[in-house]
Parts: sequence; structure tokens; C-alpha cells
Amino acid sequence: MDRDSDILIVGGGLNGPVLALALAQAGLTSTVIDAQPAQVHRNADFDGRGYALSLTTVRMLTALGLWEAVADRAEPILDIVVSDGRAGEGASPWHLHFDHAEIEEGPMGHVLEDRYLRPVLLDALRAVPGITHLTDETVTAQATSPQTAEVTLASGRTLRGGLLVGCDGRRSGTAERAGIRRTGWGYAQTSLVCAIAHERPHGGAAHQFFMPSGPLAILPLPGNMSSLVWTETTERAAQIMALDDAGYMDELRPRIGAFLGEIALCGKRFAYPLDLTIANSLTGERLALAGDAAHGVHPLAGQGLNLGLRDVAALAEVLVDATRRGEDFGARDVLARYQRWRGVDVTALAVATDGINALFSNDNPLLRPLRDLGLAAVNAVPGLRRGLIREAAGLTGDLPRLLQGVPL
Amino acid sequence: MSATQSQNSGTVDPAEVAKFEAMAAEWWDPNGKFKPLHMLNPCRLDYIVTQIAGEFGRDPKAPKPFEGLRILDIGCGGGLLSEPMARLGAEVVGADAAERNIPVARVHAEQSGLAIDYRHTTAEALAAAGEQFDVVLNMEVVEHVADPLGYLNACHDLLKPGGLMICSTINRNPKSFAMAIIGAEHVMRWLPKGTHDWRKFITPDELFDLLRRAGLTPEDRTGFVFNPISWSWRLSDRDLSVNYVTASTRPAA
Repeated sequence: MDRDSDILIVGGGLNGPVLALALAQAGLTSTVIDAQPAQVHRNADFDGRGYALSLTTVRMLTALGLWEAVADRAEPILDIVVSDGRAGEGASPWHLHFDHAEIEEGPMGHVLEDRYLRPVLLDALRAVPGITHLTDETVTAQATSPQTAEVTLASGRTLRGGLLVGCDGRRSGTAERAGIRRTGWGYAQTSLVCAIAHERPHGGAAHQFFMPSGPLAILPLPGNMSSLVWTETTERAAQIMALDDAGYMDELRPRIGAFLGEIALCGKRFAYPLDLTIANSLTGERLALAGDAAHGVHPLAGQGLNLGLRDVAALAEVLVDATRRGEDFGARDVLARYQRWRGVDVTALAVATDGINALFSNDNPLLRPLRDLGLAAVNAVPGLRRGLIREAAGLTGDLPRLLQGVPL
Repeated sequence: MSATQSQNSGTVDPAEVAKFEAMAAEWWDPNGKFKPLHMLNPCRLDYIVTQIAGEFGRDPKAPKPFEGLRILDIGCGGGLLSEPMARLGAEVVGADAAERNIPVARVHAEQSGLAIDYRHTTAEALAAAGEQFDVVLNMEVVEHVADPLGYLNACHDLLKPGGLMICSTINRNPKSFAMAIIGAEHVMRWLPKGTHDWRKFITPDELFDLLRRAGLTPEDRTGFVFNPISWSWRLSDRDLSVNYVTASTRPAA
């Protein structure tokens, strides 16, 4: 039973490499099969894409020795302001205000640009023993048996391991080839992503405006810059993307209002259609799914990455603990522990973000005052507000050790 | 199937092999006939690994921490404990008095790529042959034997001086009767009726006394507690009311 690696990881985005690094801490070897050519990853131009990293995600990156290299580039989120708005009117006076001084853990999270996180991950993949990173390589076929998992690559190579993990995104080929069906629906919404420079400082505040067409998130970047995730109906989004930069900014300005002063576009514009897609099972024979391959949720409040890393932390912990007690890490009962741990939570968050969005993405004149009152009420009750802050920071639920900052 | 036959597959009846493979699949099915053992296994292994690592000064986070240790698994069944010990680097002998378990365990170890010496024999016979081990795993066996003291004497002899024995069994009180016999055998049907005879259950004090009389030094006792909410087992310092485990050592010569 020769194995090329203990674990075969399909997907070279963020979740796959982080999983490989977490497993390596405990001596489990892995091969990361990455569809991207190596040089694409090293494109360090500013492109405007940023991640809102929750506090627990930052702890995990710290425990894996990755945070130090990016800490200087990350902007701490000191405040989160959630409000109801309508284009042309700016935010309603009834808003929720979360201040990091209300939780003991420090900043509620950090915003980090993709171009800084990715090279650090790639360097770590190269530096840590036991990890093989195959770039520009895709899986064309996979087969599992009670004892092994095997993949065939586009280059014709065959790899064998004890477990196949699909970190290959919301259209996961790994899940599809395993016959794992998905449940999902579209929102007829598209997220527009870009970065802006602004005249006034953001003061470390992240904003979430609930607009009738969909939420607008403003995340603070270092200096007088912010990353925007701006959601519109798919039809409107297509029209806006077709505009030139000046026309695009004319659409954006009234949505943000005047609180940041003059604003200007930096870097590229991106558009991501929104849909919810959940794999009906997170595991199969010698197989597990993590991140968007397991569940792509509405990227409200940038929870997608944090949710994915929560899967990675839980899966790594289950596999490492099993290995240390001598169990076969790819056995059915071991994988069932991961399914039990992450299966429910995923559905809860998908339903929660779906419900919040349905309530707010609506211009019903009866609902608007109601939810304004709801926000004001939550704001008035410190305990409830603290609970929501902890939820946004990822501090609730049964936390994997890595998310507590404890190495495996 | 003898050891010679398994090495020389040309003489093996394929129908027999298929039968053993099917039985091995049954032993190792986490939702099958041996579900209660599979559910308890992570908890048992946590205890065993911690005790062995502590006794022999091994780092349980290192790869193959039990390299160089010789371990005997008494009542090995399909190899649910033998395989993890082998994976952790130990040299493992799995013994079972039920002859049919041996080829089943062998087939599965081979599928798992593990070298384990499975034998159809008893603790008494191994002791009489002068075999000795660093660790003896004596899990859920003592409540089934006719003469517990005689059996534990044999276990003592099987240990090298300074060796460690892990012994688990079931307490004897109304709660254990309700849980292990009525609950596990009659209500949940986890175990066939008649698997356990309540009169043979042993209290922790009685077991410590038996271990001392067998020449062993009791070191630790810990409960295995089933949580019906999380549907899993955990270790407990305090609650030894039903399933429990002990660690004892043979004094160095």
C-alpha cells in the first residue's frame, strides 16, 4: 500500500494550502493539487480584493506561523457599524454600532488583501517538509476503495493517498465525481468588488449597509483606502459593470454617502454572482469536503473565508487526533466526526445569512421602520449586542483548537 | 487458516478468503454489529495512548511514538486495538481464544498494510510459553473469565518487569446492571442478550485488590462515561459507576 502522501488535497486557493500546513504540524504529509500556474499566484499588483478575517481566523494563522509575515499589512477592524440605507439617502439614523472595546479579545478582526496572504501561503508550502505543491495540474478522475483514494491528473500521473479532500470551490469537481449532490439556489444578485481611496480616514470601522438591492460592506484597508463588496440585482450589476470607471463611481457615490469625503476607484473591478450551494454530505468513502466545496454561502460580512477555515481547522483536528491515537484517519467513523462537527453549523449559518438578507434586501415600506426599530433595539441591549459581536468575530460555537490559537 | 497458508496464498481457498473479508468488513463497520466497541474505541485509545506514553516517556505527538515497545492485545477480536498500536509503531501480538477471529483480523491488517502477529491462543498459554511484553492490553475481558485471579496472575507473568497493564471492565451495582444489561443488551440491542453476566462484574476496589494479589501495583483508575446527548464516550476521574479502566505496573525486578 504505497502512498504518495497521506492526504491528497484538491484545490490551491486558501483552504487547501492552510489544511496542508495544519496537517504538517502533526507530521501528516499532503499533496496540494493546484489548477493555477505558479506565477499567477505571485502577481502582487494591487487588485482591490480583500478578506475580512475574523479574530479566530487570525488566531489560526498565528498558530500556523503565518500571521507574523502579514500582520503589518493587515488593517484592524475596531468598529463594525451596521445600518439600513437607501441610495441617495445614506444610512438611516437607526443603526447598530459594535465597538471592539465591548469584547476583551481586542480588534474584531482584520482586513487583509489577497495579494499579501497568498504569497505567504505559497512560501510556507515550499518551506514546510512533507508538503508537495503541484501547480498547473488538475484532476481528471478519482477512485476510492475502503483502503485508499486515488486521483488521475491531467498530466497522466496517478497519485494515491489515504484520504482525498476537496477544497475546490463551489463547483467542486471532487464532490461531483464522488456523486455528492448539492442543494442550492441563486439569489439573482451579484456582488461587485473593488477598492476605493477616500479623503477622510475610516478610523478602523467596517460598515455594513443594508440597501434594498442587497448589502454593501465597506472594509478598512491600511491608509485611506477601503475594500468594498457591493451587492446588486444581477441585472443591475451587469449594467453597472458595463459602465466605464467614471460611470461606475457615479453609481457608487450615492450608495456610500459623504462620510468618507471624496472617493476614487483603485485597482480592478470584480463581479461574483451570488448563490447558496451546500453539499448534501461533507464526507464520502476516503473523502472529505471543506470550504466552498462543502458550502458556498452568501458572502454577507465576508464570512465565507472564515467559515471555510473553520472547516479546515475542524478537519485537521479530527484527522490529527485520530492519527495520534493510532486510528486510520480516513476511516468512516473518523470522517463521521467531521461531518457531525461541521454539518449542522454550516446549515445554520447559511440559513441565518439567508434570512438576514431576505429581511433587509427589501424596500417594503412596512418592513423598513420595523427593521430600523429592530436594529435600535439590539443596539440598546448591551448583552445581545455583545453576543452578535462575538458571533461576527467567530467566537461562538464549539471551536476547533486552531481557532483558539492552540497549535495541533 | 494457518500462518503458512496466509503466506502462501496459492493454497488458500478463495471462498474462505472472501468469507473472512466479509467478516472483517463486519468487524470494522462503525455502524454494524460492533458499533458499541467503535463508539468506545476513541475514548479507550486516548486512555491507552496517554498511559503508555507516560509510563515509557514517549511523546504522543511524535510520529510512531511506540516504536520499540512490544504490546499484547488480549481478546483482540477483529483488531480494533491491535491496529492502532501497530500504527503507532509498536510490535503487536493479538491473541484471541475465539479461533474464527484470527483470520479475520489477519485479513484486515493486511488490507491496512500493517504487520501484526495474530494468534489463536490464551493469556495462560502465552505465559506458560514464557512470552513477555512491555504492555498488556486487557480490555473488556476479565468480566468474562471463569477465574479472574488465575487470569490476572497469567497477565502478571506476561509483563516484563516494569511493564504496564491496562485493564478495563464493568462495575457491579444497580446502575451498571441497568446500563450494561438492560440498556445495552435489551433496550439498545447493542450487544447480544447474555453477553454479560452481572454477577461477574467487578467493582474498582475488588479489581485493585485482585491486581495486588496478582503481584501488580495499581497506578490509576478512570471511568468511561457515555453521554447520550453527544452520543459519545468520555473519560472521567470521578464517575466509575459503569465502565471503567485501570492501569497497573509489574514492579521492576
